Amino acid sequence: MRGLRKAYNVGLPFETEVLHGLDLTVLRGEFCAVVGPSGSGKSTLLNIVGLLDRPTSGTLEVCGEATTRLDDQALTRLRGHSIGFVFQYHHLITAFTALENVMMPMLGAAGFANPAMRVRAAALIASVGLTAWQDNLAGNLSGGQQQRVAIARSLAMGPALLLADEPTGNLDTKSADEVFALLRQFNSEQGTTVLFVTHNAELAGRCDKTIEVIDGRLTG
Amino acid sequence: MFSTGAPFEWIVALRFLREGRLQTVFIIAGVAIGVAVIVFMSALMAGLQSNFIRRVLSASAHIELLPPKEVARPLRQGAMAVPGELEGAIVQAPLQRLKSIDQWQAVAAQIEAMPQVLVVAPVAAGSALVVRGSATRAITLTGIAPELYFQIVDLQDKLVRGSTRLLGSDILIGTELASELGVGVGDKLHITAGAGDSAASTLLTICGVFDLGNKGANLRSTYVALRTAQSLLGLPGGVSSIAVTVRDVYAAETVARQIAAATGVQSDSWITTNAQFFTAVSAQTTANTAIRFFVGLSVAFGIASVLAVVVVQKSREIGILRAMGISRAQILRLFLLQGGLLALAGSLLGSGIGAMGLVLWQRLAKNADGTPLFALVMDPQLFGAALLLATLTGLVAAFAPARSAARLDPVVAIRG
Repeated sequence: MRGLRKAYNVGLPFETEVLHGLDLTVLRGEFCAVVGPSGSGKSTLLNIVGLLDRPTSGTLEVCGEATTRLDDQALTRLRGHSIGFVFQYHHLITAFTALENVMMPMLGAAGFANPAMRVRAAALIASVGLTAWQDNLAGNLSGGQQQRVAIARSLAMGPALLLADEPTGNLDTKSADEVFALLRQFNSEQGTTVLFVTHNAELAGRCDKTIEVIDGRLTG
Repeated sequence: MFSTGAPFEWIVALRFLREGRLQTVFIIAGVAIGVAVIVFMSALMAGLQSNFIRRVLSASAHIELLPPKEVARPLRQGAMAVPGELEGAIVQAPLQRLKSIDQWQAVAAQIEAMPQVLVVAPVAAGSALVVRGSATRAITLTGIAPELYFQIVDLQDKLVRGSTRLLGSDILIGTELASELGVGVGDKLHITAGAGDSAASTLLTICGVFDLGNKGANLRSTYVALRTAQSLLGLPGGVSSIAVTVRDVYAAETVARQIAAATGVQSDSWITTNAQFFTAVSAQTTANTAIRFFVGLSVAFGIASVLAVVVVQKSREIGILRAMGISRAQILRLFLLQGGLLALAGSLLGSGIGAMGLVLWQRLAKNADGTPLFALVMDPQLFGAALLLATLTGLVAAFAPARSAARLDPVVAIRG
């Protein structure tokens, strides 16, 4: 990304710029920690990289594709196929079971259910070690379990880029370690690029690279 | 578990509806009540109206063709008038003598060729006296071609005794006249028609006694063969009116005008001759339509408001789905589908309740003699239309909430 800026309320007297021109390149297969104090713009950066939000100015390339000129439909497709999200509040859909949650991105992309989805989802659930819980409704799982399901779901479409916004933020140390280990594992096994927002200095230290965001600027 | 081939929108819509159990149940109940009211009321109204119309039309034709009225004109007119002078002629309304429709066979053939027309029956009717011993009664003598006329007025259905087989010297009379004269099937009646030089009389045999359901009609109405009436009334070969039935009783007035324009014969539809009754029927139809419209509207608002709440409740899920690569169009369809499904389920239930209500009503509302008040028509078309309309209403009602769901900013939705 080049010269990335993000401002809210553009053109209004109370215009606030959150990101002041970031230049950043993340290589394929890198495991980057994104650190910085609250309100520094980490989440905004992640939302823009995740194509959920658009930059006010500047350019962004995801997987070699320039995104600035894409329309909403194209962005949605690119997001669906290339980017996986893991959020702080494990955001599973409570009306569905763990397995069904993992199937959901595949179902949305294909439009219709098919047996191959189930097989792949079951394999992903197994890889995060939750086969025994796969038919439980998402709401009935513990925080750590939900976050592991969320990771399995984010990997459903085999994304090139995984964005994790404080996935360990409200987990106990043991669960956080498990989640981090899983992310690391998929990073090394499948070459998935990971952007990992965290406040945990210890976990950040275990990443390949650390990006520090302070007041909407990159340091380090 | 997701069944193979099920579309994404269906799976998620059904699951969301199932999760919001209480809301779903309430709104389905709301839709069901609305649809039940519409179905019940529509069937009731349709039954009531067709019953009324049948009663009105069972004893008369849909359209009656009559000879032109006789008009009196002042003799001095136009060229004969003195210029500059106005004449105030006093014109007395003329007597309306019994006349035949000019060229009635040609006219009848012409009408019969019209596609909307079902039956055309010539009628020769006039007043006559029936004499038996020292008793005399005034009657309306209606000469008919039985095979045609009975298709219009089903006398067979109203026959109490005897048969409707009308021969040249037979007469059908009402129950009231039969009891006043103390006669029955097989007895002879002396009939006199006309006055002065044209007076004619003959002896006819009663072949049947009917009950039209009206005391006056049972006293005055009599039916004889067309030829018998023609010779008694002094209308040899002529008819005093032509009775016509049409396919669509509500189009009778239009057809009557077409006939009048095509043949030049005065033609009155049942709608003009029963103007008040028809106004009542059409007012009822209008009221019925208005009620249906407003019930439909309130059902639509109910669905829309519930879905608007669901969109707010599910905004987090919508954000997650959008982050997963679910498109705006899919979200839109997901909520449209929920609206459609709610309406469909509600209208299925409502149709059932409505049908049950109708059956119950038919059992409970009875005449004094235990027969149903009138036959209710359970028109499958009505139920089909109710289902279709309700589902469409659901889709339309869901549109605004679905669009707001599709427009939800995923960043805001997830953060919220």
